[in-house]
Amino acid sequence: MSGQNCPMKATDVIDCYFLENRAKLIDIAAFLDRIDRSIEVNDGHSDFRYQAILKALHMLTELNDRRTEAILKNFSDLSVELPESAAELKSACGAWEGARNEDY
Amino acid sequence: MKIIEPHIHMVSRTTDDYQALSWAGIHTITEPSFWPGFDRRSVEGFRDYFEQLTQAEPLRAAQFGITHYSWIGLNPKEAEDINLAREVLTVIPDFLDRHNVLGIGEIGLNKNSKNELNVLEMQISIAAERNELILVHTPHLEDKLKGTRLIMDVLANESRINPWRVLIDHAEEHTVAEIKNQGFWCGLTLYPQSKCTPARAVDIVESCGSDQIWINSSADWGISDPLATLKAVEEMRKRGHTEQVIEKIFYKNPNTFLSQCAKFATPF
Repeated sequence: MSGQNCPMKATDVIDCYFLENRAKLIDIAAFLDRIDRSIEVNDGHSDFRYQAILKALHMLTELNDRRTEAILKNFSDLSVELPESAAELKSACGAWEGARNEDY
Repeated sequence: MKIIEPHIHMVSRTTDDYQALSWAGIHTITEPSFWPGFDRRSVEGFRDYFEQLTQAEPLRAAQFGITHYSWIGLNPKEAEDINLAREVLTVIPDFLDRHNVLGIGEIGLNKNSKNELNVLEMQISIAAERNELILVHTPHLEDKLKGTRLIMDVLANESRINPWRVLIDHAEEHTVAEIKNQGFWCGLTLYPQSKCTPARAVDIVESCGSDQIWINSSADWGISDPLATLKAVEEMRKRGHTEQVIEKIFYKNPNTFLSQCAKFATPF
């Protein structure tokens, strides 16, 4: 794939984007803490969306490149079956309910 | 700075938005048919919408010095009533003949159902018969990867379709490379809460190159921003990209793709 690199120096990227990404990370931490402080916490911990978030957080540190692509695939429906109709299906929620633990 | 906004739903926007687009220097826009937030109940409902797109909206845009083109098609959100969909497809060719309609769109998939695929195949067949440009909507969130691949399979199965005359929109990091590698054009959509942020869109351009790609706001009745393209322009400037590359993404690329339809007049 042809491509060009970001024209900024790495330290300039950090200067430019550190604070906003620090804030996003703290928001995620607060979100997870909020779940832990909630009623029926076990239901939250077993929710497929929660599991998908946890897996994505691991991927952030485990992968060395193309993290965005990998995390988007982590949230994706990997099934091959096609429903006849969409009439009874829920709207997209951002994670795939059919994912198994080993997918994460 | 020359900008074409290639995907925006102005029927859902205010005149203030037209004014803002004009002040920002965006004087050429294209508006695909889409789902209004509720299911239309008759073919006449669609006919009225297509009239609005091709007659009323261009007049509204012209008051602000904006040239308005449209795309006609049946959105996958309304593909589940197959009988109504078949009826709607019979009126689409009349609108495709209009002087300001650039092709079929936005068509595609939403929940990747067999009904949606069936209607998509029918619309691709119409496009192939008429040699129309195609603007493709890809599904949201977890359905995007599977849906994008299904759409590309359907397009590849229609031998009369030239991928260079198809733009697959709402792409993200996990779909851009596959779309471009199969020879299609690729669209990035800037939304505050889903799809791409301006920073991510620019990341994709840096990673995947500036060919075969456009960036749009797809502003509609939901949380969206009709001036989002300007924010991506500023993001590119902030990072030190040249004005030539910026103009390529926001003007030359959409102009190149859209100019494949003889009805599109190159602006400026």
